[in-house]
Amino acid sequence: MPQRVSIVENIMSANDRMAQKNRAIFDNAGVLAINIMASPGAGKTTFIIRTLDALQGRLRMGVIEGDLATSIDAEKAAAAGLPAVQINTGGECHLDAVMLSDALGALPLVDLDLVIVENVGNLVCPANFQIGTHINVLVASIPEGDDKPYKYPGMYRGVQALVISKTDLLPYVPFNMGYFRQGVEALNPGVVTFPVSAKTGEGMSAWADWLVDQVMSHRSKVKG
Amino acid sequence: MPPFIIMHELSITESILAIALRHAEQAGAMRITGINLVIGKFSTVVDDSVQFYWDMIAEGTIARGAKLTFQRVPAEMTCRDCGHTFAPDDQTFTCPQCLSPRVKISKGEELRVESIDIE
Repeated sequence: MPQRVSIVENIMSANDRMAQKNRAIFDNAGVLAINIMASPGAGKTTFIIRTLDALQGRLRMGVIEGDLATSIDAEKAAAAGLPAVQINTGGECHLDAVMLSDALGALPLVDLDLVIVENVGNLVCPANFQIGTHINVLVASIPEGDDKPYKYPGMYRGVQALVISKTDLLPYVPFNMGYFRQGVEALNPGVVTFPVSAKTGEGMSAWADWLVDQVMSHRSKVKG
Repeated sequence: MPPFIIMHELSITESILAIALRHAEQAGAMRITGINLVIGKFSTVVDDSVQFYWDMIAEGTIARGAKLTFQRVPAEMTCRDCGHTFAPDDQTFTCPQCLSPRVKISKGEELRVESIDIE
């Protein structure tokens, strides 16, 4: 006799539960974790390297590397004196909470203030997968075009900070900032936004200072 | 929204199978004949890809051959100024009634297993 069983369960619930466990591990260690997402070619890697430079000596940092085609591999970060872990995504288009969980054990979390996770370059898939970081960051670069919030709403919706990168290219490419920001505002009202150029360094200190503030306020929250 | 990036559907399909099998076991089912899903437009999940992966991963389980039914929820926005609800396109999110840019998503983020059909 066929029978219908009501379930009403979010498809992402198992991943989200694992993400909560990851977050608890970060919290117990007093570490703030950020998840950097972007399309391929947005300049994610350069942006992260400049961020590490800007925070050197201010925060103790670790890197979790998930991008398929990255140039900050574990060796490079280690050469900069930073603990780094490379996640083998096995060709997946995104990181998920289980992959991050596997990587966490390889970082000396208690000795760190900030963990930067570089996600796979992709504006679609990572949006569905919480990994347990405190702050999801989208790096949107000027040459990608001002229509991206409209084309990839899920990604713009799910972030707590938006970095508008390659602002040095604004004079050279058509990019209507008002149109771009209107799309962002509909999807993610009031999201904190940092226009930066990793090339000229413009805007990087505001971003770095904000991160330091976030680390401090997070620590006072989790350490009581 | 781009309909052509499909790989994350594998993880999503695995989650759907895990949820369905768990609930079927709790209900003492011999077989799962149908899975009813509710997927919003903003969730960027492609039906055909889920079906494709389903046919591979459900093999060898009691959910083998189950019919997947997708209830698609279209994108809907609501104007924060005049309260008008409308279907946004991928060019503009402006309220078509009062032209306000102050709008919010009101439907289309669903991503859930609604029910299963068992025997």
